[in-house]
Order: sequence, then C-alpha cells, then structure tokens
Amino acid sequence: MTMGAVDVELVREVEQLIYREARLADEHDYAGWEALWTDDAVYWVPASDTTDPTTQMSIIHDNRSRIRIRIRQLETGKRHAQAPPSRLCRTVTNVELLGDRDGDVVAGANVLVVESRERGLTLWAGRCEYRLRRGDEGWRMAGKTVRLVDADRALHTLAFLI
Amino acid sequence: MTAIAWDELILPDRVHGSLYTDPAVFEAEMERIWYRTWVYVGHVSEVPRANDFVMKSIGPQPVIMTRDREGTVRLLLNRCSHRANQVCAVERGSARTFRCPYHGWTFSNDGSLLGYPFNSGYQGLEARGELGLAQVPRMETIHGFVFGSFAEEGETLLEHLGAAAEAFDRLARLSPEGEVELTAGWLKHRVRANWKMLLENETDGYHPQFVHSSIFSVAQSGIGDLYSDASIALSRDLGKGHTEADLRPEFRRRGVPLGWFGTTEERLPDYSARMRAVHGEAADSILVDGSPHVMVFPNLFIAEIQLFVIQPFAVDDTVQHVTAVQLKGAPDMNRRLLQQTIGSVGPAGLLLADDSDMYERNQRGARVRRPEWLVLRRGLHRERVEENGQRSGHVTDEVPIRGIWRHYRSLMENGA
Repeated sequence: MTMGAVDVELVREVEQLIYREARLADEHDYAGWEALWTDDAVYWVPASDTTDPTTQMSIIHDNRSRIRIRIRQLETGKRHAQAPPSRLCRTVTNVELLGDRDGDVVAGANVLVVESRERGLTLWAGRCEYRLRRGDEGWRMAGKTVRLVDADRALHTLAFLI
Repeated sequence: MTAIAWDELILPDRVHGSLYTDPAVFEAEMERIWYRTWVYVGHVSEVPRANDFVMKSIGPQPVIMTRDREGTVRLLLNRCSHRANQVCAVERGSARTFRCPYHGWTFSNDGSLLGYPFNSGYQGLEARGELGLAQVPRMETIHGFVFGSFAEEGETLLEHLGAAAEAFDRLARLSPEGEVELTAGWLKHRVRANWKMLLENETDGYHPQFVHSSIFSVAQSGIGDLYSDASIALSRDLGKGHTEADLRPEFRRRGVPLGWFGTTEERLPDYSARMRAVHGEAADSILVDGSPHVMVFPNLFIAEIQLFVIQPFAVDDTVQHVTAVQLKGAPDMNRRLLQQTIGSVGPAGLLLADDSDMYERNQRGARVRRPEWLVLRRGLHRERVEENGQRSGHVTDEVPIRGIWRHYRSLMENGA
C-alpha cells in the first residue's frame, strides 16, 4: 500500500469493522464483541508510553483466554463496576490504514468515549491501533491497542469495553 | 478548628459516618497521621543508579525520591525555596540537578542550593546554606522500602512497624536473592471515596465472596474458599493500626508449594529450583506459606503479589497506586506475577474495579443521614487475644477494622 494508491474498498471495509466494534462495545453486546476476536488476539491498554507489556504494568493486557474471562465476568451481571452498565457513546475518527504486519491489516484511529455513571460523566480519549484479519467468515480483530491520553495519570474505574 | 470529640465518634463496635465525610476530620488526619507518623514513600529499586529520581508522595505532598551523586537515597520536597515553583515536573528520570524554571535557581539532587543567576542581586544576602530544597525530616528503610516522617522526632520505623515488620521479611525471602524489586511501574486508580474505606477493605475478609463472586464464578481460582465461612484463615490486628488476613492456616492445610499463588512447582521449575537450592529444607514451608496479606498503616498494602499505596487528596478523593511484586533472581516467577497483577488490579482489574465501585458506593452511603453509624461488630464475641497480645479472629471477622480504629483514635486524641 502506498500513499498514492489508497485501496478505497479496503478502507471502507476496515472502517465498517471498526465502527461495528465500537457500537457492540457501547451497547454491551458482549457476545457480539467477543466474536470479533481471533484466537491469537491481544487486547492492550498500556499505562504509559511503554512498549513492553511483559515487564511493565498495563491497564489491560488480555490474551484471548483473558478476554473470555472478562466477558464471562460481565455476563454474570454481578460485575459491580458494570452493574448497572455504564451508558456509553463513542466516536471513532481519523481512520487510517497504516500498513500490514504478517498478512494482517494495521489501522489507526482516534477514539473519544463519553461514559455516564452515578459518579458523573467521564471522558476517555485515546489513540487506537487495530490489527485486522480477513478470514472465511469475514473480518476479525487480532489486536487492539488503546493508548489513552491520560494513561499515566490517576484514572477512574474503567470496567466497560474500551 | 473546632474540637472534634473523637471518643464520641469512635466506639468499640461502631464509628460515626462523619469520619468519612467531614472535611475537618480530613484536615485533622493530615496533621495527626499523614504529617506525623511513618508513611511509605517508595522503594530503593525505583532509583537504582546514582542521580536517578522518581516522583512520590506523602499524602497530598509531592516528594522527589532521589539517589544523589554519592548514592544516598533522599526525600526532597518539590518546592523551590525562592518562590515556591515546582522544581521537578516529570515522573522519573536521571538528573544531577533540578533547575527551577521560574528564575533558574539550581539545586543538587541532594537538595542543596548550588546557585542562582545574576548573583550580584544577592550581594551581602548570601543564604545558600539555608535555602536548599526542604527534605522530609526523617527517612528510614526496611528491605529497601523507604518510609518518611514529617515529625522531627518520634518512634523509629521499627517501633512504628512493630509486628508488621515481619511481613517485609516474609516478602523478601520469596526472592531467591532475598530482595524485592519494584521495576514494573505503577497504575494509578482514582476513587471518589475516603481513604479509610480503602484502608479497612484491604484486610476485610468478609467482602470477597460477595464483591468478587462474579470473577470467582468464571475463573479457576482458589481465592474464594479462603474467605468462606468454613475457612480456617485468620484475621489479625497486629497493633499500631497494622492488620492482616493470615491465610497461612489454609495454605498449610492444602500443603501445596506455590499453591498460594494458584500454581505448582512444575509450572515454575527455575524459580522452584533456585528457592530449594537457597533455602534447603526450609523451602517447603516458605513455598507453602506464600506471601503476606498485610496492611501497613496508613498507606502500604502488601497484597501477596502486589503492593498498593493509598494516597489521600481530599475527604472523598483518593488515589490507589499499584504495582506487581517483582522478586530479584526470579524471571519466570516475575512474568507470572506481573500478568496476574495486571489482570486483577487497577482501573480495569477483574478484582479491583469492583472494590473501587464499593468504595464509591460506601462514600455515597456515608452521606445519608440515618443510621449515622457504621457497624464493626462482626466476630466481637469470638475475638481472641493471642499469647503475644495480638487480637485475632475468623478471617471474615472485623478484628482488623476494630484494630485500625483503636489506633486511629489514639493518634487523633493525641493531637493538640
């Protein structure tokens, strides 16, 4: 892929996947959201500018089995930090194809999430990087990294799917 | 400040809700607890080399922990001695000097004032010797854990820790080299709750089965049983406000080395081999007993595989800092400690997000006018006094919470 020849069809497909993922998360459609992930998926929300989640603390660093546990926990209805669930509305913008990695499409975007809880409104903003893979059943996510603008500061509870 | 009648607010079996909501109580706590007693600040492994520094705190007070050019660890206050500007604006780094951005006054990383620009303006007014950065008046360490106290004099750190000192020995001996390292960085989790809600919860063995039932029901974990009605684990008041959930009776009953960590020696062969080589016959009991679950008053929670640091900002605003315990000489163990910690704690943690929701609900509840009191009665009838004078009870009993309040009251009444 070069700057001069953006594959418009690919961009549209990637955008549609990213928007669907955002909507499923906003709507707490846990099963639908979980079904987007590949078996080798990594869901990562770093706590700083770190590039190494194997030696540094992260806010979230889930492999596929921990994604499953996170979802099962939410589905119990007794995940108190999401009972009742947050009311969410997120905007995903600046979607851009960044290249490919081992056959997967890498895309970037900015996200702004408004979360409403009894605590009040909380604004979450960050830079997302998606690793996306086309398979027999359509597009899936092999990776999602969310670098929050305030990742290194004290954060309120973030128990919804960011 | 109007006098607060502590003896009317703190009773043996209940405490008044205003202790969590009254800004005047918070201000009194700052003076009589946070700016007087020993408070945990940081660990020497966070400033491993000369000239390293890291931003830390004592309550709301920002503290720069430095290792000066001679290798001495120091606790400096982040306030220029000239016009009170903050001399350090970054979280960590390496610097021989701190230069105030306002007028260029420059301080050594041992706190001393090195110089100021245009010094003819200070002719005859030389005061370099007395205008260094302020330092926390007293600093002591135990196993590399650095504590500070704003009181010019008072009891030693070991006197303050009392029976809780042993928790640091138990933690350090889990490293084959006998040393804990805090190298993984910190998560900072903000809650709209009073700091004592956190302090009390850390060794409360009554809540896990309810607050954490969602994760216990979906993840393979032996944690829930530790806090069941049938558990033989103990709650303990170690004195001086320090408290413990002593899980060793349960781990000993199970008798599995590394069972406390939810794993086995086969799955951590390098770590297990090194521990057995270092400790010989004692390795079995060390690996069965595991890591302490001890809350060191007022702000350091040794939570088995994590360390939490409680930082109060206002009567209803608290930040909990958390990092994974890392053990020197144990890379395979450290990888697991880190990933398990990340899963459990912080703003999105499978455990701690729910605790934090409880803190905030408690805080909202404490503002409701009736029934005014929070009840600390659980297990009062079966509380034991052990041979060493420590009080203990069933792990779900409120022995630790009562111990915290006994000590708290003694500190607050000794206010003047």
